[in-house]
Amino acid sequence: MRKSLVLSLTLLFVAAGMVAPLFAQGTVPAGGSEVAKWSIITAGFALAIAAAFGALGQAKGLSAAAEAIARNPSATGDIRFALLLGLVLIESLVIYVLLVALILFFVKPFGG
Amino acid sequence: MEKLEHSLWLVQVVNALFGPLVAGALGPLGIEFKPGHDVIPDFIVMSLLILIGMSALCLFIRSRLSVENPGTLQLALEAAVSFLNGMLDDFVGPKGRNYLTLVGTMFLFILTGNLMGLVPGLKAPTSNINVTLGCALTVFVYYQFHGIKEQGIVAYVKHFMMPPGAPAWIAPIYFPIEVISQLSRVLSLSVRLFGNIFGEDLVIVILASLVPFVVPVPMMALGLVTSALQAYIFAMLTTIYLAGAVVVDHGPEGHGAHGEGHDVAHAAAA
Repeated sequence: MRKSLVLSLTLLFVAAGMVAPLFAQGTVPAGGSEVAKWSIITAGFALAIAAAFGALGQAKGLSAAAEAIARNPSATGDIRFALLLGLVLIESLVIYVLLVALILFFVKPFGG
Repeated sequence: MEKLEHSLWLVQVVNALFGPLVAGALGPLGIEFKPGHDVIPDFIVMSLLILIGMSALCLFIRSRLSVENPGTLQLALEAAVSFLNGMLDDFVGPKGRNYLTLVGTMFLFILTGNLMGLVPGLKAPTSNINVTLGCALTVFVYYQFHGIKEQGIVAYVKHFMMPPGAPAWIAPIYFPIEVISQLSRVLSLSVRLFGNIFGEDLVIVILASLVPFVVPVPMMALGLVTSALQAYIFAMLTTIYLAGAVVVDHGPEGHGAHGEGHDVAHAAAA
């Protein structure tokens, strides 16, 4: 009895969660200037390109670090530290692009 | 998505209690507050929460420090302090422990600040560019000040003009490059932390506004990892910049740890 009660309550919560998007208002984009529309599209493309190249760079660094650890397990601490530092520095370049995209989306310097 | 932010309960309570006081104090300075806006912004309320909370916690632990019978919290704080001391010794050398105050404060403030973004009812102060810019500017002023104090202003400016072991005519080319690279450290420190934490919180908010039930949880788990990682990276970059400013090259040193840290420091300081 108790188990089926718990199960039915869980299913009710899941159903309620799944239904939530139905209540979202359909937002109509306001008529903005041509530059504003293109700035949004540009921001999307810039993010995609930045993420792609950032991931490529990080993957190269990661594979080199994994290979180095495999060849020299006693230096794992130093290699792990260098790997983390490198990954974060590469990621910060992608974050710069995210910052520009956020400015274009939310601060909307070109109107729209 | 109608509005991205709503006012938090804690922020409203603090504004109701202290808002008129602060507005009255700032009025004579000519700062006006429009009726709709909070007098005390939410990131200041959260930063003050960290300040008061961490101070109370550490004072409480301090009164219960014990060698034979340490509690869990004392062990955790000792682990954090020994970890930071080890990092400072690796990069800066024997004088490293003098800088534990700033590095430790930055690490703990940013760690708790990031993690507060995952708690319902609180907001991460580091998800605001003002807070992260403040942290980055503090670190910048601190390491410049200590660099000048350690080396004297003449030797310090000479480091700006020439990299060690370069001819003297390279100064006019090298000086602007070095100035821009130092200023870019402020930008990179602040924007890295802000972008990571704001982006993480934004993703969680958007996921939760779509399907609030279980879907944000993997992103929140990722948020735990990136919060700790960003705090560690900020503390480590602070240490590296300090080492670059303070350590005087006396020529080939003996110990290996110092050499290894220095190589990576030179690579990262670029």
